[in-house]
Amino acid sequence: MIPEIGQFSLVLALLVALAQGTVPLIGAARCWGDWMALAGTAANVQFLLVITAFACLTQAYVVSDFSVANVAHNSHTLKPLLYKISGVWGNHEGSMVLWVLILALFGLAVAQFGDNLPPSLRARVLAIQGLIGAAFLAFILFTSNPFLRLDPAPLEGKGLNPILQDPGLAFHPPFLYLGYVGFSMAFSFAVAALIEGRVDPAWARWVRPWTLAAWCALTVGIALGSWWAYYELGWGGWWFWDPVENASFIPWLVGTALLHSAIVVEKRDALKSWTVLLAILAFSMSLLGTFLVRSGVLTSVHTFASDPERGVFILGLLLLVIGGSLTLYAIRAPALKGGGLFAPVSREGALVFNNLMLTTAAAVVLLGTLYPLILDAVGGGKVSVGTPFYNATFVPLMIPVLLACTVGAMLSWKRADISGVLGRLKLAFTGVMIVIVTAGYILGITELLAALGFGVAAWLVLGSAVELGDRIGLLRLSPGATLRRAVGLPRATWGMAIAHGAVGIMVAGITASTAFRTESIQLMRPGEDITVAGYNLRFDGATAIRGPNYTAARGLFTVRKNGEIVTILTPEKRQYPAEGSNTTEAGIRTTIVGDLYAVLGERASNGAWSTRIYFNPLVAWIWAGAILMAVGGMVSLTDRRYRVGAPKPAQSRPAKPAPGTAEA
Amino acid sequence: MAGIRPAFIFPVAIFLSSVAIFAIYLYQVGIEGKVVSDLPSALINKPAPTFNLPPIDSKGAGFSSKQLAGKVSLVNVWASWCPPCRAEHPQLMRLAREGVTIYGINYKDTPAAARAFFTELGNPFKSNGADRSGRVSIDWGVYGYPETFVIDRRSHIRYRHVGPISADDISNKIYPLLESLGK
Repeated sequence: MIPEIGQFSLVLALLVALAQGTVPLIGAARCWGDWMALAGTAANVQFLLVITAFACLTQAYVVSDFSVANVAHNSHTLKPLLYKISGVWGNHEGSMVLWVLILALFGLAVAQFGDNLPPSLRARVLAIQGLIGAAFLAFILFTSNPFLRLDPAPLEGKGLNPILQDPGLAFHPPFLYLGYVGFSMAFSFAVAALIEGRVDPAWARWVRPWTLAAWCALTVGIALGSWWAYYELGWGGWWFWDPVENASFIPWLVGTALLHSAIVVEKRDALKSWTVLLAILAFSMSLLGTFLVRSGVLTSVHTFASDPERGVFILGLLLLVIGGSLTLYAIRAPALKGGGLFAPVSREGALVFNNLMLTTAAAVVLLGTLYPLILDAVGGGKVSVGTPFYNATFVPLMIPVLLACTVGAMLSWKRADISGVLGRLKLAFTGVMIVIVTAGYILGITELLAALGFGVAAWLVLGSAVELGDRIGLLRLSPGATLRRAVGLPRATWGMAIAHGAVGIMVAGITASTAFRTESIQLMRPGEDITVAGYNLRFDGATAIRGPNYTAARGLFTVRKNGEIVTILTPEKRQYPAEGSNTTEAGIRTTIVGDLYAVLGERASNGAWSTRIYFNPLVAWIWAGAILMAVGGMVSLTDRRYRVGAPKPAQSRPAKPAPGTAEA
Repeated sequence: MAGIRPAFIFPVAIFLSSVAIFAIYLYQVGIEGKVVSDLPSALINKPAPTFNLPPIDSKGAGFSSKQLAGKVSLVNVWASWCPPCRAEHPQLMRLAREGVTIYGINYKDTPAAARAFFTELGNPFKSNGADRSGRVSIDWGVYGYPETFVIDRRSHIRYRHVGPISADDISNKIYPLLESLGK
């Protein structure tokens, strides 16, 4: 019964979404207030319906209702509750429901908090959201229904892929979708603005927080995925340039560009049509990622069970959404009048440079991801594009951005005094030189590239610190005045400095863990010990243990440093009988200088175990940097100008303006 | 409304051409049944290349093309440094246990690392040849690691599998083919 309620809610949600996608558009075109007002109501109702469907599916998973095909294929009674719940989105059908739920959530947010938007813009934004929702609901209902019944119901389910049964991965998809779907807000605003034929700073002030929120979620999502790959796959690597990883990284790059260009629209009323294009592209790339992962055209370790029929549906959907919006862009964007002029050396100029490099980088990653597919489709044979390609193309594109980032953040709007800024950065530059020389001295001339990598990292961290110190008058003013300035400094400035510094922390982590990883693979008998990167690890044997839905061999390593026991590592090799597969759980001791990482291999015939021990210097800095970037984004989100509520009409009059009056 | 300018049509034009390519590809995968992981081999139904590889260690037998004659066997190209090879290894162990003859071409590896790989995961190979320069792998047209070839009694290559073999590949492709070749 409950699954049928879920299915019925999805059907109703589709109908509501169709109404939400059409009626307000007509209303906005004709200035009919009540037709426009339908958008908000529809968005509220749609959210209620989709969350009902989601709750029904979750209930089926929690009680292990195997008469629902989706549950039977992806769950098991012995699974811990957390993974029963995360199993809801651990498969194609359920993850699409989560996707639509998040879309409906964003629709709800506009309906609830969008009172200060011009009514026609609000109606159109919600209508576009409704159309996207309708397309995805149709996709779910016609090709991937999560509520299909099985008759007779099996007694036991097939279980969730064990490598997905992990806390890191339980929360990876929701964050990723918050990011992907969050870009739909920027998209809806962009399309609505194209229909209205107007983009102004108030528009940008609305788009930027949504983009920023989506970007923060996507950053966390990607970081979680990478962290999971690091500790679960047992190889100590954290990024593999896999097509599915790229599918999330491309929208992130475009989103990062959008984040920066929206500032120019907001502050200087320039770069309008470019920003609109980026807003369309950020969401388009999210959709493209969905297509690539679910249609079976790319092979990858973490693709969903795919199906060409779904591929055709998603391709049609892409054609409609991306093709439609880009056509609209081609027709309407030339009419968008740019406002502020600026000299090449200015804050705007630096942001344009940032945008050029980031979008080129996104294009390069996209090309690397699609090239094998394109070549194969036209009969050109099979090729693979791997890490060497990205090292040769992506990395050189990123270095100028990172170097310019510190300078750009200090340039003034319109026309900037570059020598003045460089003068103010003298301190940071000296710091960078000290870092490079020290690193070069310690590491030797052979590791020059690594020393330069640390230099870039120091440049970002010190540059952000100097910028902040400068703004709050550190060492220049009295401590009290400094504190007052620090409190008074816009949160957006704080957020920017935190995020830029965080990139530096990440660069340091990437450099150190790539260049100076220690690895040791050997056979160990119980009682034997080995020394890796100054740690002495004694292998105390392995014991058999039982988990809720797996059995495992757990190895015991006593780790000593300078004779003192510092920790005990317990890597595991797990067998999941229901799913018939194995996973590796690395034993990791994380410290600020690096991770000691132990993996238990197979047992040899003579009673010895093969073991792999790694020392990954500064590797935790990578994820710490990513999380700090997201924190920077969130700090920026609390900036006064977003809290106060931006657009002008509503500011003086908190009451809802009469529908249809604010926009003529 | 202002006139349409070429620069603004550019994005939609690029997009439409990529859609065309996706559509062709989906057609090939969905209707024509092209398998994404299938790689064509110029060598299918041709005799296996002639080669003579030394053993991984100084002792033991190496692997030469002569050994392929007169029986049905698998040739697996692998390396201890390649993670997918490690992932595939249990399947090779299973095939060996079930009586399938597997020869190995150990690509650009060191004896010590290859030995450690065997002590860790077991040795499913009848014998192994060390292809330190990678020349023989080029003769086989190897594209990535691991790759597995099915060789018939006349030493002709009958099937090529790129990437790790899964349990499904074994039951759906390898065993049916071995049956038809009269294992």
